[in-house]
Amino acid sequence: MTRAVVTGLGVLSPNGLGVEQYWAATLKGVTGIAPITRFDPAGYPSRLAGEVDGFEAGEHLPSRLLPQTDHMTRMALVASDWALADAGVDPAEQAEFGMGVVTASASGGFEFGQRELENLWRRGSRHVSAYQSFAWFYAVNTGQISIRHGMRGPSGVLVSEQAGGLDAIAQARRHLRRDTDLVLTGGVDSSLCPWGLVAQLPSGRLSTSTDPDAAYLPFDRRAAGHVPGEGGAILVLERAGARPGQRPYGEVAGWGAGLDPAPGSDRPSALRRTAEAALADAGVDAADVDVVFADAAGTPELDAAEVAALAEVFGAGRVPVTAPKTMTGRLYSGGAPLDVVAALLSIRDGVIPPSVNTAGTAADGLDLVLDAPRPAALRTALVLARGFGGFNSAVVVRAAD
Amino acid sequence: MQMTPTEFSEVLRASAGGDEPADVGPDFLDTTFEELGYDSLALLETQGRIERDHGVVLSDEAVTELTTPRAFLDLVNEHLGRALAV
Repeated sequence: MTRAVVTGLGVLSPNGLGVEQYWAATLKGVTGIAPITRFDPAGYPSRLAGEVDGFEAGEHLPSRLLPQTDHMTRMALVASDWALADAGVDPAEQAEFGMGVVTASASGGFEFGQRELENLWRRGSRHVSAYQSFAWFYAVNTGQISIRHGMRGPSGVLVSEQAGGLDAIAQARRHLRRDTDLVLTGGVDSSLCPWGLVAQLPSGRLSTSTDPDAAYLPFDRRAAGHVPGEGGAILVLERAGARPGQRPYGEVAGWGAGLDPAPGSDRPSALRRTAEAALADAGVDAADVDVVFADAAGTPELDAAEVAALAEVFGAGRVPVTAPKTMTGRLYSGGAPLDVVAALLSIRDGVIPPSVNTAGTAADGLDLVLDAPRPAALRTALVLARGFGGFNSAVVVRAAD
Repeated sequence: MQMTPTEFSEVLRASAGGDEPADVGPDFLDTTFEELGYDSLALLETQGRIERDHGVVLSDEAVTELTTPRAFLDLVNEHLGRALAV
């Protein structure tokens, strides 16, 4: 069976611009969660976010792309450029139908859309940008990336909130197993504007704390929601051995997905069987897994469900668990791909990044890696992701050799 | 009143991005939008801005069939010429 390997990474994170900045900050436990500066959050019940700092789109992209792109698309385009450069791939030299793009998106272009809604409301339809026709749309990142690089192979978008990033990677792997040599995958999201924030408030999952170090505390008795963030990761996924000069970070070895039962059901969440499906797909036993990157929802019920699922799959305390997203907030479609990046770099460097701020007081039976990075020999990692609406996805990442 | 090539170039760039042309002579005016890298949405966006700024109404169909800056400028100036001076 064709092996799918990750050969390039492009990252924009609230705690680091670019892979190495992100990783260095993550190993040091440096958080990017802070009061929202993108707009004035006074008057909103949630006022913190993980914002990507220091990103000037004009420094990285041709001016022609700026009027037609939301902030999240600009970040996705730059992440794609960086991932391709990291992989040593020049798309102009590859067969155009042999390259695809499959990204995840949870919200589309909210900031752009809010501005055009305001134009419509205040000034009328003739003041709405023609680019609103696609700048808001979930598939726009895939579209713009594929157009920019002439990637005409199988492409698409997965929309399953925070789980989507893993579903996109799995779909990319599916294409590689058929007839595609290279797929850009992952996800980048941003909805840090008033409309974006207001759209999330009804979920009841946003923390209302104003203390950046105490707002997002997964697996902690004080858990009371998560902090939203922006950014994510784009990965180059290729058929192992298909291109000379590949330097794989690791292999996408397995994937599983499941949908939770309807609220009020007495059936359990799908997380356990999702994790087990990913392990089975990778052909590994629970005992083979060296580290788990948790979904870490940060609400008591969801945390308890994850703790229970992990105990059922691995046995209490049998595998180290971590959530570097405690330093960034939940990045929605960017979150799980960023966890996959962290998993690959953990394997590369033999170190598990810490979870920060949480005291781990509601993690019965979990071996949580807290506060400081933990050196460890790592070959196999499990990444979990759950999306609002009952989505559960899991990916097994493995050392390349 | 009439729009000049320079003004058109500025509106095009304000609407759809792109680099300032070295000059706004025939090299700019007679190069196709396709070669300049402007697609149909870029033209619609430019149309919208001109309509709002100058109080004219251009036909969407006519605009998307324009192939060069010169053709667009001629269409705009035809409408501006017809608009009554107040």
